[in-house]
Amino acid sequence: MLPLAGERKDAKGIVSEQSDANEIIRGSSTLKRGFAHMLKNGVVMDVTTVEQAQIAEEAGAVSVMVLDKLPSDVRKAGGVARTASIRIIQDIMDSVTIPVMAKCRIGHVYEAKVLRETDVDMIDESEVLTPADEHHHIWKWDFTTPFVNGARSLAEALRRIEEGAAMIRTKGEPGTGNVAEAITHIKKVNDELRAIKAIYDSGDHQDLVRMAREFKVSYDIVEETAKLGRLPVVNFAAGGIATPADAAYLMSLGCDGIFVGSGIFNANDAKERARAIVLATTFWDEPEKVKEAQKMIDERQSMLGLDVNTLELKMQERGGTS
Amino acid sequence: MKTADDVEKLDGLIIPGGESTTIGQLSLVNSSLRVIKEKIDGGMPILGICAGMILLSKTAADRVVGKTNQPLLDSLDVKLERNSFGRQRESFEAEIAMDSINIPKFHGIFIRAPSVSEANSDVEVLAKFNEKIVAVKKGNIIGTAFHPELTSDVSLHKYFVNLVKESKN
Repeated sequence: MLPLAGERKDAKGIVSEQSDANEIIRGSSTLKRGFAHMLKNGVVMDVTTVEQAQIAEEAGAVSVMVLDKLPSDVRKAGGVARTASIRIIQDIMDSVTIPVMAKCRIGHVYEAKVLRETDVDMIDESEVLTPADEHHHIWKWDFTTPFVNGARSLAEALRRIEEGAAMIRTKGEPGTGNVAEAITHIKKVNDELRAIKAIYDSGDHQDLVRMAREFKVSYDIVEETAKLGRLPVVNFAAGGIATPADAAYLMSLGCDGIFVGSGIFNANDAKERARAIVLATTFWDEPEKVKEAQKMIDERQSMLGLDVNTLELKMQERGGTS
Repeated sequence: MKTADDVEKLDGLIIPGGESTTIGQLSLVNSSLRVIKEKIDGGMPILGICAGMILLSKTAADRVVGKTNQPLLDSLDVKLERNSFGRQRESFEAEIAMDSINIPKFHGIFIRAPSVSEANSDVEVLAKFNEKIVAVKKGNIIGTAFHPELTSDVSLHKYFVNLVKESKN
């Protein structure tokens, strides 16, 4: 049974219809969160071309994420980063059997609608692209297509879930090849989950009310999450993952799976690296196998990477206050 | 369970939902696919859900992309159509019936679900939805296109546990 904390049963995105003689429901939280659940323990890879998507599928990726540019190239290019070309997304959907996701700008309701009409399997409302609305994220309950959102803290994660996100990933710092921020974010979310669980177990409802006010979310979702002791949706690691060891470490911190952005296709050994990261993600609790995976890559082929402290653009801060 | 050694110790196995290409490739890596097949041939009950049913099949083709070269167990003589009801936006919940195993009503969660497009005569059809075959059984092998693990109804799990108990006697 999937946790359904924070679910809105009256959402516009939930559709009841007749299919032949049968009554069916689409877009329910079970279907959306269930879809994300099917990706657990897997790797979602950022791709920009059909060829990359096929390499990802052959390597054992559970899904691909289509972008116009890889996050590190977004940094280099500057300017405004928007959703990918629809034609490329469609070509990729026609050439791989695994689910296809695509990114839209934070708050850009119509980029999301365009992606929905394109029939992508999941939409990532992503800080890698230039935000279209600094004050509001998309009200994702209006969509039958599920969404994934980035978060740096429990408060951000719960705000996104309350808006209808069916999956959460850490923000990390995209396009840096530096895993430090993703590690910070997952640890922070886990620490905060432990803290509210302890408050729940102590029976101090007044303190949970205080937490709900601090997080800027409803009391109900705080209480239900505190009771569960984990997020009610799957939580992946993302932002700066470049090697099998990076992926395995994040899995060991309790992530449900991994997103790899620039780390694979900006490396010079993409094929081997894609496979190696999948293996390390699956067998993270067996260091010997992680070593074998790490051996498949050559550190001299890794993307160079960036120091997070000297960055002019911190993508993780986008959409963070709303 | 992740390794061939894990599989050796089992009395029954449920392969849950996920991505069949990924599961297939990973089980090939550590040879558990071969061990699973030997155990099934030896009578171990197995329940394949969605991706798990695809793995049990003889051949699988994607509705859009066509025939896939993914590793399969080839234990059920059926042909699978992947993503048979469409992409995620078309995923749905519906009531289905599996009368022959005394589950007259079951809430089916279909997520990018496959269906059985062709089944050999030795494969029993447990359930259909809109004329598409969504649950099958052959001796110790059960395959479902929908996800009993995502609902609170445990009737199919109970039925499967009984199969495992019977196989031990």
